[in-house]
Amino acid sequence: MRLKNTTSDYGMVSVLVHWLSALLAVGVFGLGLYMVGLSYYDPLYHELPEWHKFLGVALALITLFRLLWCVISTPPLLLAKQSWQKMAARLAHGLLLLGLVVLPVTGYLIVTAEGKALLLFDLALLPALIELSPTQTDWVGRLHLWSAWGLIGLALVHAAAALKHHFVDADRTLTRMLNIKGQ
Amino acid sequence: MKTKLQYALSVAVIGVALMTSGLVRAAETYKMDTKGSHAFIQFKIQHLGFSWLLGRFNTFEGEFVLDEKNVENSNVSVNIDVASVDSNHAERDKHLRGPDFFDVSKFPKASFVSTKIEKTGEKTAKITGDFTLKGVTKPLTLDAKYVGGGKDPWGGYRQGFEATTQFKLKDFGIDYNLGPASEVVDIYISVEGIRQ
Repeated sequence: MRLKNTTSDYGMVSVLVHWLSALLAVGVFGLGLYMVGLSYYDPLYHELPEWHKFLGVALALITLFRLLWCVISTPPLLLAKQSWQKMAARLAHGLLLLGLVVLPVTGYLIVTAEGKALLLFDLALLPALIELSPTQTDWVGRLHLWSAWGLIGLALVHAAAALKHHFVDADRTLTRMLNIKGQ
Repeated sequence: MKTKLQYALSVAVIGVALMTSGLVRAAETYKMDTKGSHAFIQFKIQHLGFSWLLGRFNTFEGEFVLDEKNVENSNVSVNIDVASVDSNHAERDKHLRGPDFFDVSKFPKASFVSTKIEKTGEKTAKITGDFTLKGVTKPLTLDAKYVGGGKDPWGGYRQGFEATTQFKLKDFGIDYNLGPASEVVDIYISVEGIRQ
């Protein structure tokens, strides 16, 4: 089993972190939306935010690793033929990555806005670095929410494009991300 | 020979001297010492009926006119920056600023403007006024007590009061369900005013 990417194929590492990222991103998004609507007396009122933070930090670490891995092992060339498609793909991938960076950073800033560390259950803590004013914190909160919707919206476009490549263009865009051998 | 400027200056000096002598004005204006943070607006509310949660508003400004000869002739007003709510917990404070509670982006200010002051004892009074919170204005009565006053060590003159009141959150459009023990919030205010 090949770990590294080649110019035409994704290695096992890229494939795994891609799908793990996708799973976690959707999970943390759903968790986030659901937890803010819970009533005060819901048994999960305190539990779900803990999971949201824990899985969010996990996703942030995976994103960090993905960025490093891009440098260590260059991703394969895009399969799109038209230059506008290549541009659109690069832009979408860039924005998806931006969202995956902005979301954990803003989440961390909300929790640590008053100078207290972010606790991951009782396992670990991330110390506070920057204290924010109430107004700044609320803006960071809005950015967190908007970025989350942006990321999920863009992920849908990304998935739709992959399906279009698979079914309409009949190219290996989707299968090579599933590490299915072509040719 | 006096110039016009010198004449105007001496009139002004005499005027200021008369005004600050304490003989001319019976009612004097005091600005709450929020700059030096000798003024506090705290709240407490029950948590599940098991304990008290305490918090405060960090940013506000206010002033009062104190007529020592005739207390009924005094008045007080306070403007609170609701977003400055501080319960020592970043996520809770964010929740409090949001639409479930204060909705500060729509209702950034709370205020109290006295309408009637009744002396109830040597050092106590009932201060009734219009209290505005989350866009709702209702009458509210504070039980106020004179704490002390006089010259401060830095050339100023100060008077201090404390006051308590309570109200139902629901009365001001805050109906997030915190449970039956947590419907009423208690307010404690301690302010020191600097004579202007």
